[in-house]
Amino acid sequence: MISLLLAAASAAEPSAALNIDWLGLLRTALACLSILAGLFFVLAGTLGVLRLPDFYTRLHAAGMTDTLGAELILLGLIIQSGFTQMSLKLLLVAFFLLLTSPTATHAIAYAAHKAGLEPKLGKYKAPSVDGDGS
Amino acid sequence: MRFAFILSLAMVAAWLILSGYFIPMILTFGAISIAIVVWMCSRMGILDGETVPYLSLLQTLSYYVWLFAEIVKANFQVVKAVLSPDLEVSPTLVKIPLNTDVDVAEAMFANSITLTPGTVSVDMQPDHILVHALLEEMSAPEDFAEMEERSAWAVGHKIGGAY
Repeated sequence: MISLLLAAASAAEPSAALNIDWLGLLRTALACLSILAGLFFVLAGTLGVLRLPDFYTRLHAAGMTDTLGAELILLGLIIQSGFTQMSLKLLLVAFFLLLTSPTATHAIAYAAHKAGLEPKLGKYKAPSVDGDGS
Repeated sequence: MRFAFILSLAMVAAWLILSGYFIPMILTFGAISIAIVVWMCSRMGILDGETVPYLSLLQTLSYYVWLFAEIVKANFQVVKAVLSPDLEVSPTLVKIPLNTDVDVAEAMFANSITLTPGTVSVDMQPDHILVHALLEEMSAPEDFAEMEERSAWAVGHKIGGAY
């Protein structure tokens, strides 16, 4: 597939067959790296929501997805789009995310506290899975 | 008057970023919209440092740089705790005293606490914030004191001497 595309490109422009856009390549690589790092934090946040014991502790894991996860993905998109108007818009999105996501988290936590949900306090350890696995 | 001018500048920037068209008709629409918004704001009497927090823009930006470093550090702590097989967490509730009664500074401080993974501000009271921390070592009052000073400085108010 890729060799076909390369062949087509070199057929259309024989002299530019090996004219690789190094800067563009570097930018794409950086963008991919940033997005992958963001995805790692989103994955960790999801695992945290599944593993942690109660409502309040799960909020922390969800907050991880909101901050580094989303911001790193946005950073990757900004690198990908370069110095364009799109980058400025993405920067605005990133900034608004810094304002809105803690507000939403606080609203949920405050609602739970008002409704009288008691947080589990003190040390917590995951239950052992050494048994029969059921 | 000064705040009306600053608000107009901020909205001109927002309009240009979001529209991206530089033809006369669209620019005229923008000018009309901005004039209406500034007029309405002055009629409501809310043109002050609290609704137009751009006078300390540089401080706010440098604060966000510092906060982002803190967020990265806290993220790694939480990731480590969450992905470890034992899942050793020690949820804690602490009351963090509030040393200011300026609304913007309080909001910025509570926002920063929630933004940092591992700590969530649960309840705001006039003299303290109830904070839920995922790990016990994240609930040290000294760290919060530094964050409070810095966040107040970021919105142009002063607590303590350092910032």
